[in-house]
Amino acid sequence: MNEKIIQSNASPLNRVEVDTVTVDIIENALKNAREEMDAVLFRTAMSPGIREQGDCFPMIANKDGKMVVGQFGSFIHGFMDAYEGELEEGDIILTNDPYMTNAAVSHLPDWIVLVPIFKEGRHIAWSAMFGHMSDNGGMVPGSIPIKAETIFQEGIRIPPTKLYKKGELQSDVLELILHNVRTPQWNRFDLNALVAACKTAAKRCQEIAERFGDDIFYSTMEIMLERNHVAMQAIINMIVPEEPRVFEDYLCDDGVGMGPYKIRCKLWRENGRAIFDFDGTDPQAKSSINFYLNEDMFKMFFGSFTINLIDPQILFNDGFYDLVDVRIPEGCLLKPKFPAALSGRTHALGRIFDVMGGLLGQSAPEAMNAAGFSDSPHLFYSGYDDNGEWFQLFQIGFGGIPGRPAGDGPDGHSLWPGFTNVPNEFVEAYFPLRIEQYETIVDSGGAGLHRGGNGLSVAYRFLCDGTIAIHDERWMTYPWGVNGGTPGMRSSKKLVRADGTETFLPAKCDGIEVKKGDLLYFDTWGGGGWGDPLEREPELVLADIQRGLVSEEGAKRYGVVVSNGSVNDAATAELRATMKAARGDVSLFDFGGSIEEIKQRCLEETHLAPPEAPAFR
Amino acid sequence: MSYRLGVDVGGTFTDLLLINEKTGETHTAKVPSTPQDSSIGVLNGIDRICQESGIDATEIHRVMHGTTVATNAVLTGKGAKVALVTTKGYKQVLQVARSFCPGGLGGWVSYVKKPLLAPLELTVEADERIDANGTISSPLDVTALKETLEALKAKGGFEALTISFINAYVNGEHERAARDIAKQVFPDMPISISSDVVPEMQEYERTETTVVNSYVRPEVARYIDNLSGALEERMGDNVHLSILRSDGGLASARAAAESPVNLLMSGPAGGVAGAIHFCQQAGFDNILTFDMGGTSTDVALIQGAKARVRRETRVGDVTVRAPSVDVRTVGAGGGSIAFVPELTKALRVGPESAGAEPGPAAYMKGGELPTVCDANVVLGYLPADVQLGGKMAINRDAAVKAVKSVADVMGLTVEEAAEGIIKIANEAMFGALRLVSVEQGFDPREFALVGFGGAGPLHANALGKLTDAWPAIIPPGPGVLCAYGDATTEVRDEASRTFVKLLAETSSEELADSLAELRQRASSTLENDGISIADQTITYQADVRYTGQAFQLSIEFTEQELANEGLNVLKRQFDQEHTQLFTFALEEGHEIVMIRAIATAVGRTIPIQKPGEKGNTAQDCVIAQSRIYYEGNWHDTPIYDRGRLQSGMKVDGPAIVGEMDSTSVVLPGYIAEVDTVGNLLIQPA
Repeated sequence: MNEKIIQSNASPLNRVEVDTVTVDIIENALKNAREEMDAVLFRTAMSPGIREQGDCFPMIANKDGKMVVGQFGSFIHGFMDAYEGELEEGDIILTNDPYMTNAAVSHLPDWIVLVPIFKEGRHIAWSAMFGHMSDNGGMVPGSIPIKAETIFQEGIRIPPTKLYKKGELQSDVLELILHNVRTPQWNRFDLNALVAACKTAAKRCQEIAERFGDDIFYSTMEIMLERNHVAMQAIINMIVPEEPRVFEDYLCDDGVGMGPYKIRCKLWRENGRAIFDFDGTDPQAKSSINFYLNEDMFKMFFGSFTINLIDPQILFNDGFYDLVDVRIPEGCLLKPKFPAALSGRTHALGRIFDVMGGLLGQSAPEAMNAAGFSDSPHLFYSGYDDNGEWFQLFQIGFGGIPGRPAGDGPDGHSLWPGFTNVPNEFVEAYFPLRIEQYETIVDSGGAGLHRGGNGLSVAYRFLCDGTIAIHDERWMTYPWGVNGGTPGMRSSKKLVRADGTETFLPAKCDGIEVKKGDLLYFDTWGGGGWGDPLEREPELVLADIQRGLVSEEGAKRYGVVVSNGSVNDAATAELRATMKAARGDVSLFDFGGSIEEIKQRCLEETHLAPPEAPAFR
Repeated sequence: MSYRLGVDVGGTFTDLLLINEKTGETHTAKVPSTPQDSSIGVLNGIDRICQESGIDATEIHRVMHGTTVATNAVLTGKGAKVALVTTKGYKQVLQVARSFCPGGLGGWVSYVKKPLLAPLELTVEADERIDANGTISSPLDVTALKETLEALKAKGGFEALTISFINAYVNGEHERAARDIAKQVFPDMPISISSDVVPEMQEYERTETTVVNSYVRPEVARYIDNLSGALEERMGDNVHLSILRSDGGLASARAAAESPVNLLMSGPAGGVAGAIHFCQQAGFDNILTFDMGGTSTDVALIQGAKARVRRETRVGDVTVRAPSVDVRTVGAGGGSIAFVPELTKALRVGPESAGAEPGPAAYMKGGELPTVCDANVVLGYLPADVQLGGKMAINRDAAVKAVKSVADVMGLTVEEAAEGIIKIANEAMFGALRLVSVEQGFDPREFALVGFGGAGPLHANALGKLTDAWPAIIPPGPGVLCAYGDATTEVRDEASRTFVKLLAETSSEELADSLAELRQRASSTLENDGISIADQTITYQADVRYTGQAFQLSIEFTEQELANEGLNVLKRQFDQEHTQLFTFALEEGHEIVMIRAIATAVGRTIPIQKPGEKGNTAQDCVIAQSRIYYEGNWHDTPIYDRGRLQSGMKVDGPAIVGEMDSTSVVLPGYIAEVDTVGNLLIQPA
């Protein structure tokens, strides 16, 4: 691919011997460089989404485009295959188009900046970073329209474009792009910050190469890739059985009345390679919940989930990709055909982690986690404030971390690396609303030897007329429990109008008008429980009651009877015996019933009609 | 004669330094710390130092103290049981925190959350609400709060109470009203309210900070009471005890006990102050400090002989909004353990540490795993065969055996592996030094490097090579430098408040009025401790950012500068610093976030007792011959006694310079010179 890169110094980089200590030192320096990218971005970005929530991901790749440091894997191959032009020193690429980058980014609001790094006229590495922009234009504020049927409705599509040419900002292009979004100022600064972060990484790579020599820099990156290969080979042999395993999970609905959508994956090992086959996954949806899954990105999910077991200090990278084969059928939910809408991909992206957990866990149940907070629910609130100024709030929801071998799941936390909530005082200072409640939902974590974390209930009092949009999941299917643990409580959204009338809103909706004084309860879901709840120490259940995390009634899920503020030992023993007899042996998974059963109870339990079975074109 | 005493209580040792205020003559002592009650160790030390120097305790008029009492209470989880009152709907503000799980993708799998410092069992809510603009949208339900607190009292089981309400940073009216009610219910209990302790936006951080204040308050108060009592017994009524705060200023014992959350970094601040003390007198105003101890290394950047202060303090897992000297910590110290993960065959050093127990293998106290210290022994940097006055016996065979365990796995010789361990530890410290310099837009080549702490002098030369910051300075008494710092700083206090205004929407008059109020507050603390206004200097600070930015910079200015230049004094300095950090500045959108006034007592400088003039030669100071391994070869190396070296003497590398509690290494190709202050200055030959 490097023939598309113009170098004034084309002498090749050579593979040379590098001693272990030098490799470790360079590895450490690259790790620092990556952390510095985050630091630069957070300090200079403007939108709450990036700087407070950390919705952004850095990467440094070797000259062949393989990620050596980073999080979500390299997309440079996909990009270079699709890119027709040539690149030279000082060029900086901007794009957001999943279809033109082989799903390097998976929806349009993620803008990605890519910098080829040169030293003395020679291309030595890449740096890249993507960040979730506050707005990308299109049908709705926030640019994640649930009803979109094609990507053309989801806002501006930026093909791989030179934002900088030989170091010169192409301001015409930039202004054209910013003209198409609702939050041009935020996007301008966030983009500026992404560029600054990538440039910092470039500078660090040049310094490392200067200190140790270009060949050693290049060779060390190769060695780091090989280290991962060796480690992952061992891991695959250890945890992926030759006997195929299958796991299925669901997206509850598509926001336009159909669901649930099945994600099915089969996993086995063949000649030392792990094969993930998504055959049997439902076809693509009509709405925007499709997730165009890059195969390499999935490999990365798999690798980062497992490699920490071996050497937590290792810099996780692309080096093992040829050990994993990912098969995704064309036209399915995970590989929709152009021009399918993609903006609401976050739900399927999250669910993939539950699927992977369920697949790998079947061979090692003790090491398996329950179903987690596998999504990143959104709330948008926009309109004009009392001064006639446009406001646009984007909030990410947090929920229950599942019960795990390591212990109880934290309450109201994030499964995503680096994500934090936006302080409510910040939100109230800059947006016309009051957050009247911010606490976890009692009993919402699944019962287990290690309980699931509770979901979070946030009560938003709107202080201006405006419009809201919601993206959420697990309102119908359950966050499942494992090894005897029970499922967590599902999510719900209740809108209480100023006149007292109550409506349950669908999990995915937009264009809902709210009036000054209306109150929205945005309740996320709890994590599934891990292990037999009847084995949990009764005193721990009592402590959770005293903390208001579990109710006395909820304690009965653990077979624990509490009276007058202490555990009633006799009644507890009796209840546990009865429950054990009725239940029999614990099952590996507890999904809370079959899809048919869940659908039947749906209206009564969730106040929402069940979706219709998807009909595919 | 009048003496002042600097005392630094560390985890293992309590260091003392007695200075004659007229002559600068010093005496030092090191005694074991007594963690169950640190004041015992301090008193033992005082007895020792008075006895050894023959100075009467009553001649000591000032005791200046750096303490880890507050830090240890947090680290060991042994602070007070704290009850918390929040706004209705926010009871779980600490439980949810910022929803953050550390680690990368999948980091949540192994994340174990620490117990809350104010447990949910002891958290109650008050029915009240203040909006973001400070107006009351729902009045405080006084009757209900009283009932709630009575019920909490009946439950019991706590020693301190914290009140933290939403938006109290704008309007603390409800918190104060709630405190008045709480005082009636709990007449003898310390009560902290968030609008007093840290009137800054962000409910979780403000609540956590206020809770930490309550958490360490009883312990710190007890300690300070005991210590003052005992000091007065020995030294008489006119002894004045002050405590070093995290931001490098001294506070009177009384002020320190009231806001102990400001003492969490007292120890590291002392080291930085000590380094500044010696380097400034030697003409080095821009320095990078690294204080290398057993488990970790603290680094800081000093510009213009002033430490940078940041608005955040981190101790273990706990982060609070309290100003502290901007010290970054890396998990690389003398006790850091080296290992080789089976699959990747990489050489890793730390963050696990052998600590004091079982300690490095060379110390023969049960440790068997190879540490950085053992690698230093293998390479001869820490000589085993020569007793240097230190109390610890060093066994080279044990160190070799430990290092061999990793050498064998990697197929290296013991010396190669040891050199690898040292290089990787150095690299980790180099990373921290880059963080405070290069990454903040400073070029380390324009700074000198100062190494101290137990292990700093061993690594200073090597880090000089990596950073190119010359000379590498080893100050006198590098092992008791914190006590020097404690003894040489000045009393200081500050008052601050949130002041969110665009520059374009305020005036220098409005700003000056608000600052005058803060000045009054800061100044009165010092006055209460007997420092008259005439003996104080006042500076102002404003935290400025571009509106919408999360990042802010503290801009310092004086009343005079504001009067002369107006608000431009803020804009100009902010743009300059922002450009240095991020390579750009903006035309408009400057927003003030916080303002503060800082009152500092005008200090009396203490003369430094200088090492004697040349009387003999460096050769006369050699006490033994040894050898060190460096870059693949053994080198014959003399060992010098630092106590005998005098100003102007030069020592050619390779050399080892030993003193009571510390060992300095001068590498081949470098030269060390003793300056007039007594610093050892290492430079390329």
